[in-house]
Amino acid sequence: MILVLEQLLNGLQYGVMLFLLAAGLTLIFGIMGVINLAHGSLYMVGAYAGTFVAAETGSFWLGLPAALGAAALTGLAIEALVIRKLYQRDHLDQVLATFALILMFNQLIVMLFGRSPVFTLLPAAFEGSVEILPGLYYPPYRLLIIGAGLLVAVGLYFLINRTRIGMLVRAGSTNRDMVRALGVDIRLLYTVVFGLGALLAGLAGYMAGPILAVQVGMGEQILLATFVVVVIGGVGSIRGAFVAGIGLGVIDTCLRAFLPGMLRTVMPASEADALGVGISSMGIYLLMALVLLIRPKGLFAAGS
Amino acid sequence: MSVILSIVGLVKTFGGLIATDNVSLDVREGEIHALIGPNGAGKSTLINQLCGELVSDAGTIHLAGRDITHLKTPDRVALGLGRTFQITSLLDELSVLENVGMAIQVREGHNFRIYDLARGRRAVWDEARGFVASSGLADRADIRVADLSHGEKKQLELIVALAMKPRLLLLDEPMAGLGHVESQAMIEMLSETRKSAAMLLVEHDMEAVFALADRISVLVYGRIIASGTVDEIRNNPAVREAYLGAEDELC
Amino acid sequence: MRNRILALILILALAALPTITQELGEASLLALATRILIYGMAAASLNFILGYGGMVSFGHAAFFGIGAYVVGILASHHASGEPLFGIVPGTDQMLLTLPLAVLVAGLFAAAIGALSLRTGGVQFIMITLAFAQMLFFLFVSLKAYGGEDGIIIRRTNALPGLNMRDKATFYYVVLAITVLFFYGLRRLTQSSFGTVISGIRQNERRMAAVGIPAYRYKLYAFVLSGMGAGLAGALMANFLRFASPDMMHWTKSGELMIMVILGGVGTLFGPFLGAAAFLILETFLAAWSEHWPFALGLILLVVVLGTRGGLAALVQRITALVRRGVK
Repeated sequence: MILVLEQLLNGLQYGVMLFLLAAGLTLIFGIMGVINLAHGSLYMVGAYAGTFVAAETGSFWLGLPAALGAAALTGLAIEALVIRKLYQRDHLDQVLATFALILMFNQLIVMLFGRSPVFTLLPAAFEGSVEILPGLYYPPYRLLIIGAGLLVAVGLYFLINRTRIGMLVRAGSTNRDMVRALGVDIRLLYTVVFGLGALLAGLAGYMAGPILAVQVGMGEQILLATFVVVVIGGVGSIRGAFVAGIGLGVIDTCLRAFLPGMLRTVMPASEADALGVGISSMGIYLLMALVLLIRPKGLFAAGS
Repeated sequence: MSVILSIVGLVKTFGGLIATDNVSLDVREGEIHALIGPNGAGKSTLINQLCGELVSDAGTIHLAGRDITHLKTPDRVALGLGRTFQITSLLDELSVLENVGMAIQVREGHNFRIYDLARGRRAVWDEARGFVASSGLADRADIRVADLSHGEKKQLELIVALAMKPRLLLLDEPMAGLGHVESQAMIEMLSETRKSAAMLLVEHDMEAVFALADRISVLVYGRIIASGTVDEIRNNPAVREAYLGAEDELC
Repeated sequence: MRNRILALILILALAALPTITQELGEASLLALATRILIYGMAAASLNFILGYGGMVSFGHAAFFGIGAYVVGILASHHASGEPLFGIVPGTDQMLLTLPLAVLVAGLFAAAIGALSLRTGGVQFIMITLAFAQMLFFLFVSLKAYGGEDGIIIRRTNALPGLNMRDKATFYYVVLAITVLFFYGLRRLTQSSFGTVISGIRQNERRMAAVGIPAYRYKLYAFVLSGMGAGLAGALMANFLRFASPDMMHWTKSGELMIMVILGGVGTLFGPFLGAAAFLILETFLAAWSEHWPFALGLILLVVVLGTRGGLAALVQRITALVRRGVK
């Protein structure tokens, strides 16, 4: 039972990370109609910039603004130099141009920081583990991530539902032409949304640092899962990104944690492990295929 | 005269909005039945329900006695339903002749063949050339659709539809955006067409409607409020009030 | 006519290549040429649905990998003598392995296509990617066939009367298949089916209005395309004497798309040019700097943002200029 609770918390923590990335991606796609494969690169940029500053200054907390700033600035630069030219293009051009960005960012990071993974120190106050329930010890840092993720979710909820920008974002994700017709400076809206998405990606990247290794290619690992979240949740829907993000985070984590053990009861250990890892890696994709077959536009598709 | 298209109690709602509300009408063999009504009355919705792009919430559609309510667009086309689009929708990269040829090629079948030569299907291209040559676009046969004028695209819409040899044509505002001379040509083309296919004509241009229609139905807020001959509709007080009076186009 | 002469000259030049590379003592060039031909077929297969059919499949490496694994699995059962599933004996005969690879890739494409084509747009891109990733992880977890390390194929498949271990012979076999493949693809694009598929890309609504149920046609195109990629994968497994999950990784699908766009989307010969450009760039950039992916990314970005129609359009523009110059 304790084990299950722990894995559920791990799943929740992974889920909020997915949500942080998916929220930006789904808005960028919903509003601008751009498939941005380089979103994972912004996550990586945030992780490297934050970790670098944290290591130089010795303070985890000083790394945070560095991560957010670096990711947001990189995002704005990408938007101005590349993405802006892709609004009117077809999906193929978008996929390839942003794929090109992945290649470039990965190599830039190799040039700057080398290939070996970088490790981040935990903030002192969050080391070790605390007993949150009788017998359930859990690392407070992961609780911090969960808390931060939920806080962002609440913040986004208010931003989207209670502010003028949010009104435009909502309108934009259901009917792009309508926003254009309203005479809004659409360029500025795009830039703001892209910057916000980049900021959240940077936040996720930096927070992931102490848990995962900060390394080249970290962006792509989570990128595909993020896309699965966006597509399952319904392109353009923050609510969908939240539900699908948490759901997938929990499902993926639990599959990885428990499936090999369950298989081991019916087959030799080494094969069970390989098969268990394989199937649990397939899990999210299988889920996406199932959801799309039942609801071809995702669970909370905007405008449907 | 026998009925070629019969619609009974057709309904389509979008969310809470009722687009077509219990619409019933029929089109007889050889007639032009005009459907008029103010903007937003549900005319385009009805056309899209008839051609199968929208699934109806209730009601039935019969084409030449066959229930086509639950058929998809291509299956309805196979049974003799043709249409033109209000906003022209053609194969922009192909020429006038190739657009017509594609329609005939599809009609003739054998389109899963992967080792024949589409260009070598003589019967298809001879017929396509015949269609284009006898149309107003005879000297534009090799022009790409993307380079045609609006009026020419509207004409091509009709030629392509006719090349399918439909038994019933759904025409969604064929006059929209045409100049006076072009409209006259289109009216002439449609009255020629009367010989080969019955038509349901959605149109705002009253001059064209009165010149062409055998019968007229008036659609307002998704309901048919009147149906009858040209003279009956002209003199119907409810129609004058609800629709014609407002636009003053009758005078 | 001019095109036929050009094609003939090109085939003759390609046929002379092994002799030339031997004279120059550059055996690696022959290997590069073999890979270009094989990848050219894979990219051209993808281009058929992507460029002619308008379906942006982001999982096409799956079929490439399936083709490779068919060869690999049959070879491993042939080597061990144990039949597959207890009934199907392994084989190392190319006359059997290639058709089987094509068939199995086609079956997978039929299943994946039938499900994926129910969606469209970004969902189609992502669901094809998802299926490819599922297959990737499936093969990673198949310990019996090497897991993530893949299968080593002890020797290249045999063709009666030929010494397939000879690099030049293998190259000629690949060249012959490429020529046939290209001829077949050309016929396909000009066929009744090919014109309908291109019509669907241009305007699906219009095609429905003239009576085309798009789904069936798209599915057929998807299957044909998967079979082409399977053929290429089977040849690649023979060339590398190796089949691994990496061959169906999503970045491989991305590379196939890069080849298509470098060469020119929706052109017959473009994908071969694109495969050549990509592999030559990769080879020479890698020799020049370990940071070659950066340069590759930059070039790709410039091509996508800056040019319309890729290398095929460029070649066309140049030949037009030359022709005008001659006159």
